[in-house]
Amino acid sequence: MADLLIELICEEIPARMQMRAAQDLEKLVSGALNDAGLPHGSARHFVAPRHLAVYIDDVADRQEDVSEERRGPRADAPEQAIAGFLKSTGLARDALLEQDTPKGRFLFARIERKGSATTALLPDMITRILSDFPWPKSQRWGATRFRWVRPLHRVNVLFDGAALPGELDMGGGALAFSATSCGHYFEHGDDISLAGVASADDYVGRLRDGYVMVDRAERRAAIVDGASALVDGQGAKLRVNEGLIDEITGLVEWPHALFGRIEDGFMSLPDEVLEASIRVHQKYLTTEDEDGRLTPGFVVVSNRLADAARDDVILAGNQRVLRARLADAEFFWQEDRQAPLAEALPRLADIVFYEGLGSVHDKAARLAQLAAHIAPAIAGCDGAAAGEAARLAKADLVSGMVGEFPELQGIMGGYYAEAGGAPAAVASAIRDHYRPQGPADGLPATPEGLAVSLADKIDSLVGFFGVGAKPTGSKDPFALRRAALGVIRIILESQTRLPLRPVLAASAAAYGFAAVDDDLLAFIRERLRVSLRDRDAGSGSSIAHDVVAAALGDGMAEGSDDILFLAERADALAAFLGSDDGAGLVAGWRRAASILEAEEGKAKQSFAPATDPALFALPAETGLYEHLDSLSFSAKVLSRDELLSGMQALGTLRGPIDVFFDSVVVNDDDDKVRLNRLGLLAMVRDAMTRVADFTKLEG
Amino acid sequence: MAKTFITRPGTDFQSILLNLQAYWAKQGAVILQPYDMEVGAGTFHPATTLRALGPDHHWRAAYVQPSRRPTDGRFGENPNRLQHFYQFQTIFKPSPPDSQALYLGSLGAIGLDPDAHDIRFVEDDWESPTLGAWGLGWEVWCDGMEVSQFTYFQQVGGLECDPVPLELTYGLERLAMFIQGVDNVYDLDWDGVPADQGGKCYHDIFHRAEVEFSSWNFNHADTDMLLQHFRDAEDECGRLLALARPLALPAYDQCMKASHLFNLLDARGVISVTERAAYIGRVRTLARRCCEAWIGAAATAAEGEGAAHG
Repeated sequence: MADLLIELICEEIPARMQMRAAQDLEKLVSGALNDAGLPHGSARHFVAPRHLAVYIDDVADRQEDVSEERRGPRADAPEQAIAGFLKSTGLARDALLEQDTPKGRFLFARIERKGSATTALLPDMITRILSDFPWPKSQRWGATRFRWVRPLHRVNVLFDGAALPGELDMGGGALAFSATSCGHYFEHGDDISLAGVASADDYVGRLRDGYVMVDRAERRAAIVDGASALVDGQGAKLRVNEGLIDEITGLVEWPHALFGRIEDGFMSLPDEVLEASIRVHQKYLTTEDEDGRLTPGFVVVSNRLADAARDDVILAGNQRVLRARLADAEFFWQEDRQAPLAEALPRLADIVFYEGLGSVHDKAARLAQLAAHIAPAIAGCDGAAAGEAARLAKADLVSGMVGEFPELQGIMGGYYAEAGGAPAAVASAIRDHYRPQGPADGLPATPEGLAVSLADKIDSLVGFFGVGAKPTGSKDPFALRRAALGVIRIILESQTRLPLRPVLAASAAAYGFAAVDDDLLAFIRERLRVSLRDRDAGSGSSIAHDVVAAALGDGMAEGSDDILFLAERADALAAFLGSDDGAGLVAGWRRAASILEAEEGKAKQSFAPATDPALFALPAETGLYEHLDSLSFSAKVLSRDELLSGMQALGTLRGPIDVFFDSVVVNDDDDKVRLNRLGLLAMVRDAMTRVADFTKLEG
Repeated sequence: MAKTFITRPGTDFQSILLNLQAYWAKQGAVILQPYDMEVGAGTFHPATTLRALGPDHHWRAAYVQPSRRPTDGRFGENPNRLQHFYQFQTIFKPSPPDSQALYLGSLGAIGLDPDAHDIRFVEDDWESPTLGAWGLGWEVWCDGMEVSQFTYFQQVGGLECDPVPLELTYGLERLAMFIQGVDNVYDLDWDGVPADQGGKCYHDIFHRAEVEFSSWNFNHADTDMLLQHFRDAEDECGRLLALARPLALPAYDQCMKASHLFNLLDARGVISVTERAAYIGRVRTLARRCCEAWIGAAATAAEGEGAAHG
């Protein structure tokens, strides 16, 4: 057994691809060893901007020898058949054995395959892995055809600490395997020999000596520790953004944090604007005070060793760049507030929302109508304010600031509305109307915000479905799944009862469509199904898929467009089925349903839920009938209260049903009695189906 | 606003430009002069667009290219934005194995010693929808400032580049501001000569042009005339490509014209978002057909030469 190190040196790998590439490399190498029948110990992967490596302990030196006996044709088979067998085994006629078997005398070949040495197998294995490496995007360079994420310069392969000869075919040239790594581009010009590398830690140590922290976790920790230490000394704390720290980790070989200052004059800019300039565009870490307010310090993580004079230059350069960015932002902030937000509206006519769906100006007009339509359904919602917010919601798209920082859409509109003297309800609704932007994002904070957000999402869903731009498979270019999920979350989390059919119809009418696309409600119900099934403990426990299906029921039925009701039914049903009565009732339902199904199949008709008490022969029939008759069911179960009382009523049915099946044979010889009993069971089915679609439950 | 600032020797604007030329000349590049037409970026120069393709397996060129982006005009009032600026452009085909080292050497040649700064290669994939071109590479950061675009071309005019060229683009004003340490582009020291000896700063040379061209770009350009010119350029380009022996280079001139006219129309605000995509598509079609003609013509010329020599 011996250790295997594979290290690839290339030009800077995009930060966002590094972690995945290291995992892929480990998985592919370890998988290829397994496929080749080479057992091995544990593996570790490493990645830095220019280094990608995997270290595998205790790889077998060679494959096991294999000995195999293969039966051929009969000993007296025609020459042709024997020749074919010789060809397939690669043996000569006199190397075959003859053996008697219960079926006669047969030829046998004994084939011995010597296992290959690992060192003989590795070059091909590695070449194949590199040639098919799953980069999200790759390129060619120079005059060769080989593709890698960026130009690949070295393939270092060491087995048992020794360089492994081999070469990578680059398509128009070859890259010979080597055993020499390199250190930090600017801090360590000399090569680093990997000869004799004895462990993963040894490898990490050699590169550390060349100022490359090749262990990603170590580098990340160094960034967080270094930055935190600097910021703590300034009486503030780091505003932790995991994604940004990950990105910085992918941009440096040797992190060295420096503390910079934001000029006080810029601190009057909105927090989000400062964040966008500092974090998104310059990739600096921001700082905040105890109350979470941005403080005028930032951390830039340089890729150089500490050096006081150079650090000053680096910091001064970064501060100058930041100053220019903030001066730009300041300019837009002043300029955009010169005119009221409403004055920007005509310019929205120049922005096409989507081919066939008019301009953004048209969209704003539709949103104002739709938000007013939705407002009465939302508790505490001021319809006029919601309408006004909807009308202005898109106006910031033509502002200078959003032109520069598209991610500030909505937020800037909120600030500009506020600056123009709009009521707080309007400004807040504009600010929030894109929310929730993802699973981690919250809902709009106000009822008016909820109304505008719903209107915006529903308008997009109806519009894109209306022109056939529906999501297919993994393709969802207009983020309609997210829009549908946003509608669902807003309705459920704000407990809004908003049957969707009329709202979708109003939206379609605003577009001038003849009708709502047939697939849209089913699409939204499908998102509801998935979200109820997959939801995490934070928003209620997840519900088994068949229970969700039973609760959602028929997509055409009344109430099938009421998201809140459907979710309530799923919760109530899940709770009911978890109780003894519920479980027992389902058992009864199955017997009733299976008898009905069989008999209806034979009769080629369904049985009406009706029975004649005069034909009852047994007390159990009368008992079940009277119990059913005593239950007060609403004709349609469409509210939470009706649902709960319906469930409760069903719970009491369990006893009479059990007694019925214990003592009654449904298929009586007398056809009238038989049909009468089937009618009684159909009544049970009818009562239960009003509450949920029990046919969807699985055993 | 008169010149008040003199930078250290060798870092005035024209020295930076001359030093870049000298550096790349030493690396074997053909030093060209700017193409004599209005273009939006150095990439449009036929020395890059067309030479990135074709059977000529070895091509190294460097040149400065005045670039016009009408929508970026700010009437001379913004310290960072100009409708006319200079790009320095290097094209090396095939991309050399030591591309990054060569590039870093060029920074050293203009007073940016890589050892004295924090230089980073940050992912930035480049794409030009009008040229039907794309490549992978980085923007190069120096102390947090983007100083160059570094791209391995993969396609131009929708055609695959083989071999692959390396394109380096330096935004000279931005680079010079960084090197000279000034916050306003108009303060840049152009020539290293003090004002009392007639020395010029960027303001002296270009401010009036920024004001007047911004006014033309945004307010006064005759849009009917521009639209007509666009159609004319498009037609002429098509006509030259339809000849029995297509004239790839003159046709490509018309393609560049159409592209710039589109930019002017865009600045005048007469192109809606939907139309925008359609116009870009029209220019891209011209570019693709010019590139195809260039390859075809180049192949024919090579055959002709072969025949002449044979």
